[in-house]
Amino acid sequence: MRISENKLRGAVSNHIILMFLALTIILPIMVLVFNSIKPDEEFGINPLGFPETVRLMNYYDAFVIGNYAQVMMNSLLLVTGTLTVCLTFSSMAAFSLAVLNPNGKATILIGIYLLVGLSIPAQLFILPLFIIWKNLHLNNTFIGLILIYSALNAPFAVFLIRSYMVQLPRELFEAAIVEGASTFQLFTRVALPLSWPVFLTTGLVVSLAVWNEFLFAVTFIHNEEFKPISTILYSFQNRREENYALISAASIMMAAPLAILFILFQRNFIAGLTSGGTKG
Amino acid sequence: MIKWSRSAAPFIVLMKNLSNKEMTSWLFLAPVLFIHLLVVAIPSLSSLALCFTDWNGFGKINFVGFENFLELFGDRVFKKAVTHNLIWTSLFLTVPIALALLAAFLLTGVKRFQMFYRFVFFFPYILASIVNCLIWKYLFHPIHGLAAFFKDIGWESLATSPLTTKETSLYAVAFVDGWHFWGFLVVIYITAMYQVDESLYEAADIEGASKWQTFRYVTFPSIRPMFLFSFLIIIIWSVPAFDYVYILTSGGPAYSSEVVANFMYFEAFRNMNVGYASAVGALMFVYVFTILGFFWTLRKLGWEI
Repeated sequence: MRISENKLRGAVSNHIILMFLALTIILPIMVLVFNSIKPDEEFGINPLGFPETVRLMNYYDAFVIGNYAQVMMNSLLLVTGTLTVCLTFSSMAAFSLAVLNPNGKATILIGIYLLVGLSIPAQLFILPLFIIWKNLHLNNTFIGLILIYSALNAPFAVFLIRSYMVQLPRELFEAAIVEGASTFQLFTRVALPLSWPVFLTTGLVVSLAVWNEFLFAVTFIHNEEFKPISTILYSFQNRREENYALISAASIMMAAPLAILFILFQRNFIAGLTSGGTKG
Repeated sequence: MIKWSRSAAPFIVLMKNLSNKEMTSWLFLAPVLFIHLLVVAIPSLSSLALCFTDWNGFGKINFVGFENFLELFGDRVFKKAVTHNLIWTSLFLTVPIALALLAAFLLTGVKRFQMFYRFVFFFPYILASIVNCLIWKYLFHPIHGLAAFFKDIGWESLATSPLTTKETSLYAVAFVDGWHFWGFLVVIYITAMYQVDESLYEAADIEGASKWQTFRYVTFPSIRPMFLFSFLIIIIWSVPAFDYVYILTSGGPAYSSEVVANFMYFEAFRNMNVGYASAVGALMFVYVFTILGFFWTLRKLGWEI
């Protein structure tokens, strides 16, 4: 009896502290949501609270003034482009490392190379990369940025996909070989269809990284019409420093697609984003 | 014709030595290796070479030895930036880790709403740096946000912006970054905590251990590998910290929140000091790999990392 009472009291104190910590996250986000539906003139008198009159037109204004239809398309194009290039190349490499030659010297060497690549700070290579891209006329192009994002996300994608493909039963591949499948068919007909869960996780994490990316986007895209949403928001806030209604509406538009994906695929997101951690 | 075949000979020998199987495995690796070499490896190696030159991106390249490094060590702003990075690292090694350990430990003790808390704590981690910055730029605004709120309720002394005050700007930026980051630690700690053997907790319960004793003698020793791993990634990730500083303060006011990555960015893309900026990049690289080497050595020596 006493133990359960103690436990109950313990649970209540746990909830008080956890709720406090949760509020430090929820309240600032609520302020952003309130601001996005607040009329401009209310900011002076009501800095943090729920707006007295709800103005959904802020979203329309942001869409028109910020030209968000175009901007969202730019970001979407970068995401789909990177997903295509990065996942195609990475799954090929993962297939090679997991199935074709799992115990070769190459596998170990490539593993070390990609691990080293993951740890290099971007500041070491961003400037020469900028100069190379300028000479290849890849600055200010989607394809230039897609190539960069694909390369930067590739080590992570290769590791994640490889760790999944290694667990596929070898008998399946052997059976396919007996039936006369070529190496390429082993890849497209056996390895890829069986590994789709890992593609969901990898795809979500790569999409998140590309959609939110800032440093390379601000460095490599200067044309307003090609800018993705992260750097448009940055120039938006510089130009209209005081127009918080529009900036907040635009921020919500940037966060909303990811928030929805996160709610739908929370487990995959967390598994993917912490996979480096659990491998130790 | 003869010339061609002679120069191709080593390649043909190589092809013959490689079995068919190995060839295909390399073919499948080629695309990733190609883009990664092009985007990361070749520019990185160029940077490691350019840091010994005075190149400005256009003119002649002159070899200047270690001059860039000597100049850097005498650069007042660079020294400030390095100090700030060290402060940044130690802040992140203490506050978010302590909060995350607390939250994860408490979370293992509650059944109801656990998924809700985990969702909330992790949520800012998936938001873009620009969105997080805009949230806090508003709240920390000198006239709007919290300042306006404090003024309304009569706390005039609190109605300032920590981002534009020299004494607090670095801490304010670190706070915003930490606010978005610490939930990540909660998730990796709680994953580790759930792998702790349940019977150890039962034993502690029977012995009448307090919450703190349970944490100190059961939970913490069991998650030590994950804890050390989080230590390592915080040290490594705080070296290139850039977004939050660049968006919130650009290193100001008066370099009071300048960090190395931001310093390098301005040297590189505003001043086009390729050699000088490369030297900064090279130092960051050497630092990161020294840390990695250190942890790797500890592991080789039999430490549980």
